[in-house]
Amino acid sequence: MYQPIHELTDAYRRADLTPTAVAEAYLARIDALDGRLGAYLTVVRDEALAAARESELRWRAGAPLGPLDGAPVALKDVLCTRGVRTTCGSKMLESFVPPYDATVVERLRAAGAVILGKTNMDEFAMGSSTEHSAFHPTRNPWDLARVPGGSSGGSAAAVAGGLAAGGFGSDTGGSIRQPAAFCGVVGMKPTYGRVSRYGLVALASSLDQVGPFARDVRDAALLLGAVAGHDRRDATCIQAPVPDYGAELSKGVAGLTLGLPDEYFIDGMDPDVERAMESRTRAAGFGAEVKRRIMLGTYALSAGYYDAYYGKAQSVRTLVRREFAAAFARVDLIVAPTTPNVAFKHGEKEDPLSMYLNDVFTIPGNLAGIPGISVPCGFSVTGLPIGLQVLGRPLDEPRLLRAAYAYEQATPWRSRRPELT
Amino acid sequence: MIERTDVEHVARLTRLALTEAELERMREQLNSILAHLDTLRAVDTEGVEPTSHAVDVVNVMREDEVEPCFPQDAMLANAPDRSGELFRVPRILED
Amino acid sequence: MAVTPPGADVNPDRYEVVIGLEVHAQLRTRSKMFCGCPTRFGAPPNSQTCPVCQGMPGVLPVVNRRAVEFGIRTALAFHCRVNAACRFARKHYYYPDMPKNYQISQYEEPLAEDGFLEVDVDGSSRAIGIQRLHLEEDVGKLLHEGTIETAKASLVDFNRSGVPLMETVSRPELRSPEEAAAYLRAFRAIVVYLDVCDGNMEEGSLRCDANVSLRPRGAAELGTKVEIKNLNSFRNVERALKFEVARQTAALAVDERIVQETRLWDADREVTRSMRSKEYAHDYRYFPEPDLVPLQIDRRWVEEIRAELPELPRARRQRFVSRYGLSLSTSDILTHHGPLADYFEAAVTEFPDAKAVSNWILSEFLRVLAGGDERVLSMKVPPRNLAGLLRLIADGTISGKIAKDVFSTMVDTGEDAPTIVRREGLTQVADEAVLDGIIDAVMAANPKAIEDFKRGKTAAKKALVGQVMKATGGKANPALVDRLLEDKLSKIQT
Repeated sequence: MYQPIHELTDAYRRADLTPTAVAEAYLARIDALDGRLGAYLTVVRDEALAAARESELRWRAGAPLGPLDGAPVALKDVLCTRGVRTTCGSKMLESFVPPYDATVVERLRAAGAVILGKTNMDEFAMGSSTEHSAFHPTRNPWDLARVPGGSSGGSAAAVAGGLAAGGFGSDTGGSIRQPAAFCGVVGMKPTYGRVSRYGLVALASSLDQVGPFARDVRDAALLLGAVAGHDRRDATCIQAPVPDYGAELSKGVAGLTLGLPDEYFIDGMDPDVERAMESRTRAAGFGAEVKRRIMLGTYALSAGYYDAYYGKAQSVRTLVRREFAAAFARVDLIVAPTTPNVAFKHGEKEDPLSMYLNDVFTIPGNLAGIPGISVPCGFSVTGLPIGLQVLGRPLDEPRLLRAAYAYEQATPWRSRRPELT
Repeated sequence: MIERTDVEHVARLTRLALTEAELERMREQLNSILAHLDTLRAVDTEGVEPTSHAVDVVNVMREDEVEPCFPQDAMLANAPDRSGELFRVPRILED
Repeated sequence: MAVTPPGADVNPDRYEVVIGLEVHAQLRTRSKMFCGCPTRFGAPPNSQTCPVCQGMPGVLPVVNRRAVEFGIRTALAFHCRVNAACRFARKHYYYPDMPKNYQISQYEEPLAEDGFLEVDVDGSSRAIGIQRLHLEEDVGKLLHEGTIETAKASLVDFNRSGVPLMETVSRPELRSPEEAAAYLRAFRAIVVYLDVCDGNMEEGSLRCDANVSLRPRGAAELGTKVEIKNLNSFRNVERALKFEVARQTAALAVDERIVQETRLWDADREVTRSMRSKEYAHDYRYFPEPDLVPLQIDRRWVEEIRAELPELPRARRQRFVSRYGLSLSTSDILTHHGPLADYFEAAVTEFPDAKAVSNWILSEFLRVLAGGDERVLSMKVPPRNLAGLLRLIADGTISGKIAKDVFSTMVDTGEDAPTIVRREGLTQVADEAVLDGIIDAVMAANPKAIEDFKRGKTAAKKALVGQVMKATGGKANPALVDRLLEDKLSKIQT
């Protein structure tokens, strides 16, 4: 259950394993464990088995669709899936069944991936803990009392807990990298525009990017390669050709310059604040965090305040971009912690502001539109995973992946597993 | 500092039917969040162009070509209520 | 709020009327503004939609290039500055005809600004300033279950949602309801000439809102403005504005304050009614549309579009006066609609008597057309066939009266005039010997008319001509009959 996708497909090729058997095993594990983990909102058993059987026929015929054929993956419930409800973790969309597939989903199907189901998330991706799902919270496989991070906590927990071999999430301010760090898996936010956003329900359109969760860096490269590339339905999508990310990995890191910015080492990292969980009311439509953000956004745009907040933020964004550009004139990659703390306990960050501040190390990458990856880089004394973030120049995913791969191969972290039974 | 009347005005704009308790909590929380945003306001952005897009792409347009529509039934399937071929919504009160 | 009846006893000259118009024109693109759904009017409800134009979660818009081209074409015709950089913005409001809760429009950096439109009222011409021209998407169509007052629910058809709209905002420089109606007529003529809008107000292709205020004559400051919606015909524009001007005049006369509000024109009752008055002003919370990248309008593209601009109605009208020697009013009617002017010019190349051609078009052609589509009629009677008919009149083959019947047959059958004249034997009888005999017979049968004529009743001669025409089935050449009869009568007298 902890084999990366590239090992699964090697096994398919040798006929040591079949996609159907693997899909069945994953579905069985979901049945057994997800009641406690809460990673999924919807499991599509029949569709998954049908897709696995078709994959099996292709492998048997020696004609797989590519390196993801038969790979069981989980999709954050913010990606529209034709005929399968897409809730965004909200009661508002509890029964929304899209008549269309997101471009990412379309490309995964075309690559032969087996979609297991839709994973839990903070309502409309507004949150960093997956506690703000309107349905149920997701738990961290390393410590069920702790959050998996968010907003893509369901996909991160599914991959970390062996409930999917790979997954997809969306990252607006760190929503892939932070849960990847909290759950001890690889998570990547590509360059803005590298992956189509068509069919991704927006949180903040100019920051959102779809990206993969993976067991290891090689899988991340394969998953990204399957979905990246221009899409005429997304006007903000970049035209540049998609490199063979898998082939890049072995090129090594000789000659790459790394930078460690001082700004990423702040006072008061990991503040150990615990508070009793306040009871939360969720009316039929939106949850408390969503209402708060709607109010905040409306206020910031309302007459008389645009310049002070929205306009100001856009100018500051320009400064952030300039600073990154200046840094990348001197170094190839920036290395930093992914988060200021390890996974916190459920209910610990009740104050909205302290939850927002959980994004401080990840959100600059979204503002600048640059790619970032989080890879496991050790464990806290309490046994919780810690993530290392690598940031690169726009469209420089190849160098980013090379560095992450080299680091991963030189360290033992990915062999450790959570004790989930 | 946001006053109670501001919160009520914004709540009206958002069409969120907030309770008395929610309005008061919202006022406190928005004030604490906006106080944090003051660090942003302290940044000197004189003469700095705003960035609204992460990519410097311009002029992305499509040709004026008709593509197949979605079937009527598929497009009505998510309607909470319908009347024949039409979506049925609560009657609108002008505001 | 009670409606103040118009016509209160005030001096209308005390106030100056200030009107600005916002015109929304649906652009004649094949597909919608941001998706590939067709724009065809009249399809079954919700049959021309997709996730994009229904605003489903997750969708993204992509700009229709032709809509931008049409916007530029119109902007050039209105003498506007086409901005080098333009961008789209989200305009937020809540209404069930717009499921995204925002409309993609333009706010800062619209497509074009600062132009003018020349308007003729009472024989003089004025240039009315155009403040801005921008592109946006139309919203769905709301229908009410039952009447608007009693409806429990509204019904929504999203076929119209996403159709490209061009909004053109005039400066508040119109000074009377008549001038406003003339502005709208000129506007319509131009967009139809440019082929960017079909101008069909009934189907909602062209919609108009007005801002009206009054100010004391000579004042520089504008008065409180009232917005009037639902002005969907030329007639409504003029009537609604007249009502509103009278209403405001009457209110000011008794020192009543004008409330800044939106009023709806009720065409049945011919009044403007206050829509629920706003406790707070619109707050659309515009911000740059993040899903669309900015447009940088290439100057070469603009110049290409400028080079392809057709001759516009006013220029064409002037040319008709100078080149064809037509009166201004005749030229105005002919040039108001491009296809009619094209028809005229095509007919004139075949039959160079421009006055004769224009007379026929203004009388018979327009009578038969009766407000229909010239394109359909001109397929039945192409310009060449009209010219052929006029030639038959000119060379005396048929009379003007017979020609009208021939024209009707041409409309019905699509045949040309000589074919019909030949088949139905309508050629004029211009043979003197034949007519001599007929006239003699008519004179012999009408001795009383002869006697009357002798006593000086000239009308008697007319009666005799009529009898001769009747006897020939209308085919006798009337001028010839007249001359021959004159000869014979004068001989009797001597």
